[in-house]
Amino acid sequence: MPKDGGIGASTTRREDVRFLTGKGNYTADINAYGTTTAIFVRSTVANGVIKSVDTSAAAEMPGVLAVFTGEDFVEVGGNPAGWLINSRDGEPMKEPKRPVLAHGKVRHVGDAYAAVIAETEQQARDAAEEIIADIEELPAIIDMAAALASDNYVHDEIGTNQCFDWGWIEDNRAATDEAIKNAPHVTTLELVNNRLVPNAMEPRASIGTYDAAGDSYLLQTTSQNPHLTRLLISAFVMGIPENKLTVIAPDVGGGFGSKIYHYGEEALVLAAAKKVGRPVKWVADRSESFLSDAHGRDHVTKIELACEKDGTFIAFRTETLANVGAYLSNFSTATPTFLHGTLMAGNYTVPHVYVNLKAVFTNTAPVDAYRGAGRPEATYSLERVIDMAARELGMDPIALRRKNFIKPDQFPFASAAGLEYDSGNYDALMDKMEAMVDRKAFEERRKASEAKGMLRGLGINAYVEACGIAPSNLVGVLGSRVGLYDAATVRVNATGNLSVMVGAHSHGQGHETVFPQIVGEMLGIDPASVDIVHGDTSKIPFGMGTYGSRSLAVCGSAMVRATEKIIAKAKKIAAHMLEASADDVDFTDGQFTVKGTDKSVSFGEVALKAYIPHGYPIEDIEPGLEETAFYDPANFTYPSGAYACEVEVDPETGKVTIERFTACDDFGNVMNPMIVSGQVHGGVVQGIGQALLENTTYDENGQLLSASYMDYVMPRADDLPFIAVDHEDGTPCTHNPLGAKGCGEGGAIGSPPTVVNAVIDALQSGGKNVTHIDMPLTPARVWAAMKNA
Amino acid sequence: MASVTMTVNGKSVSGEVEGRTLMSDFLRSDLRLTGTHIGCDTSQCGACVIHVNGEAVKACTMFAVEANGAEVATIEGQANADGSLNVIQQAFQDHHGLQCGFCTPGMVMSAAALLKENPKPTEGEVREYLEGNICRCTGYHNIVKAIMAASGQDVSAIAAE
Repeated sequence: MPKDGGIGASTTRREDVRFLTGKGNYTADINAYGTTTAIFVRSTVANGVIKSVDTSAAAEMPGVLAVFTGEDFVEVGGNPAGWLINSRDGEPMKEPKRPVLAHGKVRHVGDAYAAVIAETEQQARDAAEEIIADIEELPAIIDMAAALASDNYVHDEIGTNQCFDWGWIEDNRAATDEAIKNAPHVTTLELVNNRLVPNAMEPRASIGTYDAAGDSYLLQTTSQNPHLTRLLISAFVMGIPENKLTVIAPDVGGGFGSKIYHYGEEALVLAAAKKVGRPVKWVADRSESFLSDAHGRDHVTKIELACEKDGTFIAFRTETLANVGAYLSNFSTATPTFLHGTLMAGNYTVPHVYVNLKAVFTNTAPVDAYRGAGRPEATYSLERVIDMAARELGMDPIALRRKNFIKPDQFPFASAAGLEYDSGNYDALMDKMEAMVDRKAFEERRKASEAKGMLRGLGINAYVEACGIAPSNLVGVLGSRVGLYDAATVRVNATGNLSVMVGAHSHGQGHETVFPQIVGEMLGIDPASVDIVHGDTSKIPFGMGTYGSRSLAVCGSAMVRATEKIIAKAKKIAAHMLEASADDVDFTDGQFTVKGTDKSVSFGEVALKAYIPHGYPIEDIEPGLEETAFYDPANFTYPSGAYACEVEVDPETGKVTIERFTACDDFGNVMNPMIVSGQVHGGVVQGIGQALLENTTYDENGQLLSASYMDYVMPRADDLPFIAVDHEDGTPCTHNPLGAKGCGEGGAIGSPPTVVNAVIDALQSGGKNVTHIDMPLTPARVWAAMKNA
Repeated sequence: MASVTMTVNGKSVSGEVEGRTLMSDFLRSDLRLTGTHIGCDTSQCGACVIHVNGEAVKACTMFAVEANGAEVATIEGQANADGSLNVIQQAFQDHHGLQCGFCTPGMVMSAAALLKENPKPTEGEVREYLEGNICRCTGYHNIVKAIMAASGQDVSAIAAE
């Protein structure tokens, strides 16, 4: 059993009190004296040549302090892609510049080409209306296949709409082709992984402040990773030295990937703050978020599964078009490649895998990592085609998966897609899921549904993902332009309480509660005496932030290492105080004790001695008790799961209702089960949203038809049942000190194919020969599929 | 500009507002009560739910002048007199009914309005009532559970943690 408030305890969250009482401090809540407002002017056409932008009338409007256009940023750098991908022929990807404000051309609806700074928001809005732009509209490039065939380019200077044509693993291509050619059975599925908008409930916001006396800048912004944002602004976009730029991400109202990236609005408010000499604040409205946040998914894929007649997998081969939108967002090139192609062996011992993926520029908002990032796309393709193969082979879908699972004694396992899975037990997860579902009882529930005139289906799924990103050396070889370590500083204060500065950022994950549980247990002290500091580059060590389910596995590991250094030094101080050798001192439950004696000092007494070093071996030990550790993982971590979904489908209307959902996950060791369950609930529901409700739709002119909550269907409470979860008895990660794998994304990765498999099962049970429907499975789509079956 | 006077969380307040000033902006900008959040511009998300004369209202759907003379309650006034969390707030903490916290003020205010009119709602009634409040983090699981717990119902049988 976990100690009170220690590792493994479902401690309630300390951060809740401020959020529940309206005391959260989100960027939009910050109002320094003299703050001005920025409003952006965004393109209403998807593709157009900017002939002129006349700002003269706007500049004369009441309250206007400054007006900017793309011209003002021609000399500064572009916002870069963080990952270099080479095409199959060795050619580097195409990297057109992504400017702070559009210049020369606008490339998607919502592309900002001007900004107004005024005393008040209303004045800025009124003035923005007076900006007169002459933009010659060009035909929009929206459909990916058409884009590749077109000589109308999103970026004229690169002369193609193809960013890259990637093969993974290219050396395995011929063998995979050969294996598929000779296979006794091949199942082929063409599918669309629908485009989503992350929709963190807090819209993006940024405040720039300039201090002329120190020639220094402050950016308060909605970011998942303030140090990365600072690095991008400093090294690539604005050239402001890091020591002259502080980035603070205060309370952030959800991210899901969309707040990983640096956006042009952040650079603009900094430049504007210097020009007007006052803080400049921009808060997106929801329509702007739809138009300008990085979107997610948007793949069109053909997948083939080759197998023996008995269901033994021989090969997976995919061809995918991946939309990157109009500009390369920071992780947009890594997401469809190394976070997707490398997972295309799934949980299986399949010997051959080959992935071909073409990334395509279109006149749409940039597309980048959204919860799961590449891994949901891989899992969806695999788990849909496996379900389809089971039906074609007349096999039970669970039995077919089990037949091909990597077995527990095969770990570490080198997958055919190039990763080495360190640990897992996929059969145990499936056992647990089957016990929770009880398929016999399901048959009864199905009969009950049928008696009501409804169709009931059971869909299942197995997933494995790679997260806790990631080893810097490995990702460097694969094209990453950053390291992916993280860092923590543990500062023991003189009276024995602690401040722990971490590179990870918490925007819903509960780090302020969970991280002290770990440090408290390691030091044998009350977690309440440990506080976490995050989100402020002037206070925290250089860490890479929160995404890819990495906070605990990577930053948490750095925190463990730093705490171990604290214990090692404190032991030396204690040994001196106890007049013993450090080797003879034990540390348990917050007490340093000389082995075999009752001589001991407490952790608090040692801390005080470190800061008041009277009678202290100053030649051997420095005063103070503060340690920093950087942790660079040895491998990705590999969470896995087995999911089940039961749906009812109304055969008259095509409406799908989620009746039951079961999620069994292996996240390795779990620090706070309550919080982990919450992460699964949220991820599963985002996946249900993708499967049934959400869709980002551009028309042929590039107009975004789903740009508000009137049109983009977010999951609501009454769309859902309670979610049954289980994440006990995981297989620990073998290479990080906590044995933790990360729990942020599994739910969103595992759920979409589970839901679709359930709907297909329901339709098949009703005699409808429907083998696939593209997400979202709206009533109209399901109804049409039934009619056409 | 128009003068408005109203009671907010038991305190009389007044201000000068434009006719177009939304109640949500008046609370956030003039009164600095930033617990009322703005999550959309179409009155869909519910992050700005407050109580006006005891009724749950989306503060972005009314003008500040419409609240002239009204009794207004916001998230900042919900805690007990001694500063401790009220029953609903405490249930949200106990059952992990919030993650990023952005939708939370609206959820708590909606929950309070629900329990006032329906002190022992069923799961279905809670879910239906929350139709106007969007949360992206929790999947609603623990929000629904917290509200049922706040109503005094035993939620221990609800799936998992």
